[in-house]
Amino acid sequence: MNLPLAVLAPFLGALLVAWVSRRGTNHAAWAAAGVTLATLALLAPLLPAPFAGHTVIQRLTWMPSVGLDLGFRLDGFGMLFALMILGIGLLIVLYARYYFSERDPLGRFYAEMMLFMGSMLGVVLSENVIQLLVFWELTSLSSFLLISYWPQREEARRGSRMALTVTGAGGLALLGGLLILGQIAGSYELTDILAAGDRIRAHPLYLPALVLILLGAFTKSAQFPFQFWLPNAMAAPTPVSAYLHSATMVKAGVFLLARLFPALSGTPEWLVLVGGTGLATLLVGAVIALFKHDLKGLLAYSTISHLGLIAMLFGIGTPLSALAGVFHIINHATFKASLFMAAGIIDHETGTRDMRRINGLWRTMPHTATLAMVAAAAMAGVPLFNGFLSKEMFFTEAVGVSERMDLGWLVPLAVTVAGVFAVAYSLRFIHDVFFNGEPVDLPRSPHEPPRWMKVPVEILVAICLLVGMLPALTVEPILAVAAQGVLQGPLPPHDLAIWHGFSPAFAMSLLALAGGGLLYLGRRPLFRLHTHLEGRLETRKVYDWLVAGLFGLGRWATDRVDTGSLQRMLAVFFCSALVLGAAGLWSDLSLDGGRAGLPPDGVSLLAALSLGTVAVLAAAWHRRRLTALLLVGAVGLVVSIAFVKLSAPDLALTQLSVEVVTVVLLLLALYFLPQESPPEPGIWRHARDLALAIGAGLGAAALAWGVATRPLDSIGDYFLTNSVPGGGGANAVNVILVDFRGFDTLGEITVLAIAAIGIYAMLDRLRLPAPERDWTGRAWDSDVHPVVLAAFARILLPLALLVSVFVFLRGHNLPGGGFIAGLVTAVALILQYLANGVSWTNDRLPGDLHPTIGAGLLIATLTGLGSLVLGYPFLSSAHGHVHLPLLGDLELASAMAFDLGVYLAVVGATLSILIHLGLLHRGSHNPDAHAAAGRETD
Amino acid sequence: MEVLIALAIGILTACGVYLVLRARTFPVVLGLTLLSYGVNLFLFAAGRLAVGRPPVIAAGSPGYTDPLPQALVLTAIVIGFAMTAFVIVLAIKARSELGNDHVDGSHGP
Repeated sequence: MNLPLAVLAPFLGALLVAWVSRRGTNHAAWAAAGVTLATLALLAPLLPAPFAGHTVIQRLTWMPSVGLDLGFRLDGFGMLFALMILGIGLLIVLYARYYFSERDPLGRFYAEMMLFMGSMLGVVLSENVIQLLVFWELTSLSSFLLISYWPQREEARRGSRMALTVTGAGGLALLGGLLILGQIAGSYELTDILAAGDRIRAHPLYLPALVLILLGAFTKSAQFPFQFWLPNAMAAPTPVSAYLHSATMVKAGVFLLARLFPALSGTPEWLVLVGGTGLATLLVGAVIALFKHDLKGLLAYSTISHLGLIAMLFGIGTPLSALAGVFHIINHATFKASLFMAAGIIDHETGTRDMRRINGLWRTMPHTATLAMVAAAAMAGVPLFNGFLSKEMFFTEAVGVSERMDLGWLVPLAVTVAGVFAVAYSLRFIHDVFFNGEPVDLPRSPHEPPRWMKVPVEILVAICLLVGMLPALTVEPILAVAAQGVLQGPLPPHDLAIWHGFSPAFAMSLLALAGGGLLYLGRRPLFRLHTHLEGRLETRKVYDWLVAGLFGLGRWATDRVDTGSLQRMLAVFFCSALVLGAAGLWSDLSLDGGRAGLPPDGVSLLAALSLGTVAVLAAAWHRRRLTALLLVGAVGLVVSIAFVKLSAPDLALTQLSVEVVTVVLLLLALYFLPQESPPEPGIWRHARDLALAIGAGLGAAALAWGVATRPLDSIGDYFLTNSVPGGGGANAVNVILVDFRGFDTLGEITVLAIAAIGIYAMLDRLRLPAPERDWTGRAWDSDVHPVVLAAFARILLPLALLVSVFVFLRGHNLPGGGFIAGLVTAVALILQYLANGVSWTNDRLPGDLHPTIGAGLLIATLTGLGSLVLGYPFLSSAHGHVHLPLLGDLELASAMAFDLGVYLAVVGATLSILIHLGLLHRGSHNPDAHAAAGRETD
Repeated sequence: MEVLIALAIGILTACGVYLVLRARTFPVVLGLTLLSYGVNLFLFAAGRLAVGRPPVIAAGSPGYTDPLPQALVLTAIVIGFAMTAFVIVLAIKARSELGNDHVDGSHGP
């Protein structure tokens, strides 16, 4: 299972790096390098397989019923990308250590970089396409974090938002496309999809799927017209630009094109869409790059142009063009990453990236200059450097495709023009920066950077040279397996020689070199023209306009609906619910389901009558709050009686104890609120509310009637049948809670805990003025803790605790259980607080209840994990019988431990909520107690 | 019996909705409490009504009612308490910060 582990390793590594970084920058760098190497080591044993022609597929079963498994795949193409991600990643780790200053939080950079590395590995090693998409989105997210590494800079925030918006929108389109693709192929596994190419291309939904997938790929790879986000992402630190925005993440788009090449390519649509977009991007990027004065801006547009070139190669769709595409992916990654690093060194040393100011660095930084010049030559496509080889193949393919279509001669012409501009901007990079006179008032005086900062550049430049001169010895083996991975079949005959004789491609190369030189010489009038036109033709403006429009629309719609009044919002909400509900009821033919009902008896009638009366009185007298509260409490009591009658003893017990706690809580709270509500003006508003209320009541009653009179076909029988044999308990409700649906219960006690902690946070340090007198003007009783109540409460405590233990122990077989026992305990303890006062009780009980809540959650979770360790699903229960004296035959199930967790969480949360409200009381009731309360709560 | 439960649910909902639409926080919390009684009863009734058939497995039992809605409602009651507590504390906090207990926080005391 090395593949899933290799993808997981960087994610875990991110945590490690973040943790280690507290010890210092070097620790973080070493940890990041260690994580990268460990990931490589995990992959190493699998590397021979692709070379032997095998595809390694490793699966973890997750949800087989809906076709969701975690599947990982290593073929030649995935391997190439994985090695690039890890290899260049390692160089970036080293480079970044020297790039950042002491003030920058380097630990955060490395941790985010590890996150990105893991996401990217996930993209290239996924077998399941949905899983691929998840990692795809993760690369967008981690890239967002990395671009906004210096969040105090405005352009970093804007650039990261823009990158996330564009790539995120593309990801959404991609999801749609992949879903269609999976539906056509009948599987979300890449192996099946790649094998179903003919069926996919013949399917009527081929075009929508293709367009959606291409939207995802094009936004990610900054293809025209989505290219604008990439230059804006240059606000990122240069190591990020070198890693994400030249070598890896932007390649994810072309990776996808190549990955789905056997499934989607070969149609006229593919040729026009992919080839056309690639060509447009190639031209646009190359032309704009020449005019950028920012060093990184030039490289960014050059990257766009090269991505266009790669996309076009895949768009052409022949096996040989796909091979050339893979080759150019390798070459571009090496020379562009080294160029970015060189640009970072220059920025680092001179303090600026403006090429109008950086001149003549050859004298001060000869070593860096040599390295940059070699890489730039590779970028321009000069013979003997690696870029030349793949560009030659590209020119050959362009000539080839021109023979297949009308007006085809335009294609070689256009790519030659792009080649001319590529040579010109490469020349500019070399000449403007390293020669061209003296530097113009640089912020810093430049000199060579630290030794180790240049090592990564040297390694990459060495690769450029070696591949350029000895392609057959160096790159051929890995290129061959990678191209086989793309094609999923045999390789076309190809020859990586430097010299192919005088071919049209070679003529185009010569033309580009010569034309580029001339263009650079005549650049000045062009620059003037560009200054004149700048800003008029930018797709970014369309983006800005779209975003502003969307925000405007959102604001307009919100303002129409949300006036800031809760009453109005609720009225709108209830109105809509009524309309929708009424429409639903209307369409149903018969409200009565025809199931024979239970005959009503006198007691039930009386109970229903009293419930109705009390509820209506509570609503009618709501302005007298204490009265209304007591009436609501009475309603709760009647509801619990209804539960007793209707075969729900567990619910009755729960409702009863919750009722007590709720009324105490609301009484405590009412102390700090006005005792009476002021009258609300407006007869029309009362009438509206009354109409809404009656409508809602009628609707709810009709719905309840409709449901209760329909025959029942429930999954409840499963629980009843399996309760004893499967869960080891006779009380099916409790068994559901602690066993069958234990995961839900775990979530629920977690919510309870969160509510308790949220309340603690809100009440912490809150001081409230409390009324001196009650609402009738009487002073409070001076006898705060009546002796009789205190004495009784103390006697009651052990009895109540005994009851709760009893309720807890029998809960698995008879009504009871952790929830109810917890509430009984809480009520018993709250009684002590009420009767004896907070300070008396706090002296005798642990005041801080957070450990109790935590222990409850921990026990519940550990019980669940325990069954996982034993090889059963999370939270399965094991059980056996134990005979205890007095209690009788006791079922001792592991679910009981879980129930103990529930018990502790309920006791802790309930008490914590009430005690903190009570402490608030004491702090405000008596001015002398202010200081004491402050001491205790802090 | 079904009529009675349906009527009870209807009345609880009506009173709950009326109170939730009031302008001060405390009645709104009371309204939420009433609404949650209504909702709990409704969920419970979705398991159909039965008398004398608790879902506790025992020899000689005449049959059992559906245990699943009961389990759902049991946790709903407890969570409902937590939410009531949270909202009422929020109301106290809002009053201390804003100086009044109007639901919009923008009116006189």
